[in-house]
Amino acid sequence: MAIFSIPDIKVSGISACVPEKEYNNNDYDWISEKDREILIKTIGVEKKRYADKGTTTADLCFVAANKLLDDLKWDRDEIQLLIFVSQSRDYLIPATAGILQEKFGFPKTCMAFDISLGCSGYVYGLSVIGSLMSTGRIKKALLLSGDISTLNTSFKDKSAFPLFGDAGTATALELKENVPKMTFNLQTDGKGYKAIIIPDGGIRNFANKETSFEYKKIDEGIYRNNFNIALNGVDVFNFSLREVRPNIKKTLEFASQTIEDIDYYVFHQANKLMNETIRRQLRLPEEKVPYSLKDYGNTSSASIPLTIVTKLNEVVKNKKIKFLFSGFGVGLSWGSVILETENIVCPEIITYQKID
Amino acid sequence: MNITDFIKKVEEEFEDLKSGSLKPEVALREYFTWDSINALIFLAHVNVEYDVELTAQELIQAITVQDLYNIVETKVNIK
Repeated sequence: MAIFSIPDIKVSGISACVPEKEYNNNDYDWISEKDREILIKTIGVEKKRYADKGTTTADLCFVAANKLLDDLKWDRDEIQLLIFVSQSRDYLIPATAGILQEKFGFPKTCMAFDISLGCSGYVYGLSVIGSLMSTGRIKKALLLSGDISTLNTSFKDKSAFPLFGDAGTATALELKENVPKMTFNLQTDGKGYKAIIIPDGGIRNFANKETSFEYKKIDEGIYRNNFNIALNGVDVFNFSLREVRPNIKKTLEFASQTIEDIDYYVFHQANKLMNETIRRQLRLPEEKVPYSLKDYGNTSSASIPLTIVTKLNEVVKNKKIKFLFSGFGVGLSWGSVILETENIVCPEIITYQKID
Repeated sequence: MNITDFIKKVEEEFEDLKSGSLKPEVALREYFTWDSINALIFLAHVNVEYDVELTAQELIQAITVQDLYNIVETKVNIK
């Protein structure tokens, strides 16, 4: 089992950046008014941000990270490790992390690479960056995570379009002895890889004129092509209801913590119904489970840090907090982490301005 | 578990349903739209309430409230 603890890693700051343009699901006229009301209530997404064509996840993360590094007063030369967690990379080749290393002005001694994960990506990313720092005694590192999902979503797909929003985040970490350890529990079930998928554009189904661009009717109110994200709601729903609770319980047990010991449970913002069901399964009080879904939608691997930036900003800046983060979805991949933060740097959410 | 209790809890879960409107023998589809969202709400409800998992296929096959109850009861009993 991939359950383990990592010592000596401190989260020093978290920031997030979203595009300026906002879509209100009340304007989603592809479905009837009544359906729209039910949909908004069930998924819990009223508004979400969407990027202009040409703006990438890396652009959003870059802005978020620059502000964070400035506020932390960290010298760009000090960053020895950069990880970019995303499923919306700049190019098929090369990895985006390298492009960012140069753009930030990080030294050539900096290690940089991408991780391709979505909903679980933030938790996985923390585990990889934490492990590398701890074993390699790397002093300062930057974890970027987020996605632009709206570009690959079909407007005429009621099962996906209203759900996703775009965001990029940055988390700054440093090596510090005697801080409370981070405890991870990471899992995978590739049998469900088709539950959330963009079928074409990779090597398996290379982009082609015959299948990639043609819009097909999948179901009532669901039309999409093979470059669009396809979501099997019931499969993902059942998976999450089955797997997340035991994963969280095991994590708590391994870390010798009770449910009550945790100050905040920050979940990947999948959708309201799913997250509320998990909250009720675990009998967690509402005030311990913050949501950013209403204003930003499901923002993939940005959702956990975005929720902290928008909902717990004052708390993390001024207090010592014991968190449990849990991410679950595409892959299928899921995982939780228990970690503590104390008076971290957490700038207000940043709106992306295009730099020409 | 018993069906009276089961119905009461389902009625509480779906705001559109008036208390006392569901009977074991009535066809589900006459009382509320059995669309994907209501199906998910129902899946979530039985998961939290009875700790069982239903598939989309099982929901489609259930015609009456009694059918639905039977599926859930069977799953609760073999746990």
